[in-house]
Amino acid sequence: MCGLCGVLGAEDHWTDAAGTTRVFGDTGAGRTRRQERLHRVAIGNKILAHYGLKLSDWQGSAYILRNRTGRQEIVPHLAALWPMAETLARTPCDPLNPAVIAAMSRSG
Amino acid sequence: MASGDTKIPVNVITGFLGSGKTTLLRRLLASPRLANTAVLINEFGEVGLDHLLLERLDEETVVLQSGCICCTIRSDLVTAVRDLFSRRESGAIPSFDRLAVETTGLADPAPIVFTFMADPVIRHHFRLGNTIATVDAVNGPLHLDQNPESMKQVLVADRIALTKTDICDAEQTAAIKARLGRLNPSAPLIETAGGDFDPDDLLTADLYDPARKTEEVRRWLSGAEALADPKSEAGHTHSGLDVNRHSARIHAFCVVQDRPLDWIAFGIWLTMLLNRHGENVLRVKGILNVRDAPTPVVIHGVQHLIHPPTHLNAWPDGDRRSRIVFIVRDLDRATLERSLAAFSGLADAGSEAA
Repeated sequence: MCGLCGVLGAEDHWTDAAGTTRVFGDTGAGRTRRQERLHRVAIGNKILAHYGLKLSDWQGSAYILRNRTGRQEIVPHLAALWPMAETLARTPCDPLNPAVIAAMSRSG
Repeated sequence: MASGDTKIPVNVITGFLGSGKTTLLRRLLASPRLANTAVLINEFGEVGLDHLLLERLDEETVVLQSGCICCTIRSDLVTAVRDLFSRRESGAIPSFDRLAVETTGLADPAPIVFTFMADPVIRHHFRLGNTIATVDAVNGPLHLDQNPESMKQVLVADRIALTKTDICDAEQTAAIKARLGRLNPSAPLIETAGGDFDPDDLLTADLYDPARKTEEVRRWLSGAEALADPKSEAGHTHSGLDVNRHSARIHAFCVVQDRPLDWIAFGIWLTMLLNRHGENVLRVKGILNVRDAPTPVVIHGVQHLIHPPTHLNAWPDGDRRSRIVFIVRDLDRATLERSLAAFSGLADAGSEAA
């Protein structure tokens, strides 16, 4: 826990590569932990924009998710991101939805 | 914290009522190589057999008092495993090097898998090994047709132990083998009826065994190749019975990606998919060509839960494409493939932050 802000350390998640050098090599698939988080935020935002949401890193230990009305929530990792995104967007976030696939194809 | 190699492996042994779980367990435990195995059993059903086992295992056995491990007493499972571990550490019981958990015949094994991965104490000392499902060659087809629990047990399994082949004819055995092969193509089928099988094939050869994990992944991939002309359960009939809707909706296929995957984009895609469709993604297993990673990365999961990824030191064959085997209910292969490709493409223009 951080003594200043009282934040508990982030939970491990299977998608964290930089902390898993045994699997992804010393370079964590080419990125430091910080770079990895920024990359995750950048890609996440391309998807979340489709739902009117925005993601940002919070002190390297969690993420903040905001909607257009200004409501914001802290999420510790990706597994917690999607249920919260559906709550804030008030719609299912479905990667198999043809409209979402088409939007992602255009964004890429 | 124990490292991945020093954690105690856990084998979940599941299977429908009367399919031979306890018989299999007794045979496995008779092997000298599995002498240091602690066993957690459930008293529901087959009381006589279980009691024999209890006496045999003495203090290493903890009996869960509630009727069903999965639905009602996951916390009991946590308590039992923690207690077992603490007695092991204090020297009150011998230092077991493997744990076997026998489920009830009606259990969904997935919550047990979840429990072992989710509890913060247990997951630091234990790791999941193979889940073994026993299928009775005589009554198995009927169980699969009529009981969703039986189907789920087969789909979640890493190994399928086919029992009672000694009391049915070759045609019946061939039919159930073909059916199980279609349902879960990546799980090897091992006939255990005569007791003439190698316990290692069921228990110890798993994805976290450095010596055998390449072989394990090769096995998945050969199962995936068999899916090139995927024949789903749909349309098949068994023993003259119509396939019920539950089994007809389940099928396995392999999603292939030619280009190396960006791990972060892949992680976002799979977590998003499992959040929305986790109930229908019964298994996912794959070997990935991850951009900038020195070796192939192996993933596997059950429904919402993905195990910590592992890697192979080298590719198991000449094919360098990412190949992911899905066992799903009501999901379409082409849509999954298109979706993964579209989400992977987000990383191509997403290097601004990296």
